[in-house]
Amino acid sequence: MDDRPTLDRLAPHRAARIAHVAWDDIPSDDAKRLRALGIDEGAEVAVVHRGMFGGRDPLAVRLGRMTIALRRSHAAAIAIAEFEAESAAS
Amino acid sequence: MFRAALVGNPNAGKSALFNKLTGARQKIANYPGVTVERKAGRMTLPNGEPVELIDLPGAYSFDAASPDEEVTRAVVHGEFAGEATPDVIILVLDAANLEQHLTFAQEVIALGRPTVVALNMIDLAARDGLTLDPDALSEALGVPVVPTVAVRSRGLDELGEAVTAVRSGRAPEEGRTTPHLFHLSLPERRLAAKHMARGAILSRSKRAVVESSLDKVLLNPWAGPIILFAFLFIVFQAVFAWATPFADALEAGVGAVSAAVTGNVPEGFFRDFLTEGLFAGVGAVVVFLPQIVILFAFILAMEMSGYMARAAFIMDRMMASVGLSGRSFIPLLSSFACAIPGIMATRSIADTKDRLTTILIAPLMTCSARLPVYAVVIAAVIPNTTVGGGVGLQGLVLFALYIAGILGAMAAALVLRRTVTKGAASGFIMEMPRYQMPLLKDMAIGLWQRAWVFLRRAGTIIFAATIALWLLLTFPKADPGESQVDASIAGQIGNGMAVLVEPIGFNRDIALSLIPAMAAREVAVSSLGTIYAVEAEDEDVVADAVTDRIAATWTLPTALAFLAWFVFAPQCLSTIAVAKRETNGWKWPVFMLVYLFGAAYVFAGLTYWLAVWLGL
Repeated sequence: MDDRPTLDRLAPHRAARIAHVAWDDIPSDDAKRLRALGIDEGAEVAVVHRGMFGGRDPLAVRLGRMTIALRRSHAAAIAIAEFEAESAAS
Repeated sequence: MFRAALVGNPNAGKSALFNKLTGARQKIANYPGVTVERKAGRMTLPNGEPVELIDLPGAYSFDAASPDEEVTRAVVHGEFAGEATPDVIILVLDAANLEQHLTFAQEVIALGRPTVVALNMIDLAARDGLTLDPDALSEALGVPVVPTVAVRSRGLDELGEAVTAVRSGRAPEEGRTTPHLFHLSLPERRLAAKHMARGAILSRSKRAVVESSLDKVLLNPWAGPIILFAFLFIVFQAVFAWATPFADALEAGVGAVSAAVTGNVPEGFFRDFLTEGLFAGVGAVVVFLPQIVILFAFILAMEMSGYMARAAFIMDRMMASVGLSGRSFIPLLSSFACAIPGIMATRSIADTKDRLTTILIAPLMTCSARLPVYAVVIAAVIPNTTVGGGVGLQGLVLFALYIAGILGAMAAALVLRRTVTKGAASGFIMEMPRYQMPLLKDMAIGLWQRAWVFLRRAGTIIFAATIALWLLLTFPKADPGESQVDASIAGQIGNGMAVLVEPIGFNRDIALSLIPAMAAREVAVSSLGTIYAVEAEDEDVVADAVTDRIAATWTLPTALAFLAWFVFAPQCLSTIAVAKRETNGWKWPVFMLVYLFGAAYVFAGLTYWLAVWLGL
């Protein structure tokens, strides 16, 4: 496992761009759905909410004007590049 | 009459638009072979022409990931057997979420069918500070674009006119196809969507999005679950407290009609049929309509407001611990009203193993059909006292039964996911729709549809089962001095059955009521009503209410065992039929029957012997 930042480790309300998605690590139906929702390379995302127990799963991710819930296990397959000092609003 | 279909992403406001366009003139049925709801209605165009409008399930793409998306794909491609290809497609887009919705929109438009875009919820976009240019969007897409606000009936006439225009080929855009939309890959479509959305947005203000503040509270890791459970607690309290006056009024009404019949119809077979069969049986069930309506009102309000998706988010971690996901929470919550819509709601679960598990445990959620059974037995054997703090003992027992069902379902899911529905851990991917105020009219339409389904059941399945039992109880006629129930065919069957259920503390009357209750659980109550009404007749006394008879003739351990039985027993033909259709065969419904009856027998027995041992 490399140390590239992944979506599951993104601090809340920090904007990031999806750098790469390890689609092979995600079951194909889930991958299909994520892609249909717009989770793909180049998309700008921010984690806006997290669940409570054990590992704060799932995550609510802001993508454009949508909020999408997904699990940490999927988020771990999504490599991100964080923006520098970008505002979390908008 | 030509046909139009509403197509669009989930949460584009399709259903609200459908309700506005068709009014209450809707027909809800299932697509053959799958339990995806087919909603059809008739809309009238401004020129007076009628159109059959169908509301297709929301989809994110034609690359179907779930059964309902597959229906949408097949219907618009004209590949759905028994469903004619729609002549006009009304593509519904959320104006405030254009970039996302335009991706699927391109797939739809690329079909090359006559298409009209309803740029819906334009008011919410305005609230978010977006000013849109429908003409620019129309230019980019090559189809007419009509701004609409479905919930305020704005833009509906214009939409109708645009439908007429594309239908008759008079549309200004006619002939100007959109070849640039064809044969694009998903990333290309997404890029195009981005450009189109940018081109259509005239101005955007930097206003903070309102709902993120709501989510801050409702999805807060600590406050969120507390609010959700408090809300659910209020729901179940309301189901009982608010429904009581209505239920009492209905009961009084049924009693009054029954008394009027007794007074005015000459004594004999027909009168007995009406009073013992119809009113004692079906009447005992119809009085639960208010509770069912109230429960569905809350579920509909949760769905329409967008809170249901938040509840799924909050519940996901908990559901994950038994191998399910937050998506299963929605069907399971619906199953508290009725397992049938619950099982049908599993269609949005993409993972087959997840879906199957949810179907198998859905009957364990305490559906409204169990309420009559629980309510009658609890009223009969549990004293109406408080246990301190103003909490009633009867309510507490009822609450315990609900909890028993939930725990049973969780345990079952845990076991099933490790055995018969074993598979990789499922994911949880779900769009959180924007919050919206539920509309009274949409609520009313939804409630009316649910109430009607229940009344139809009461009028058909429950009626037929009750009448069949009454006939079996009435013939052959008893000799003088002999009990009518003992002499009847049903009584003899009951006596035979009793041998099987005596070890778990059931008496003959219970054994008898369980057979017709295979049709539907609440028939157990109507059957007991009929049994006791027939019994009362030859004892020459006024028929007591079922509750009084149970209080007089059942022991507490027997009554508790009976309650435990109904926590598990899968006694509902409609549920079994839906499970069969949903799983494409008899294998899983049969499995469901066996495991649930097994659990019912074991837990009723345990309850009985534990209660006896405790000296209750």
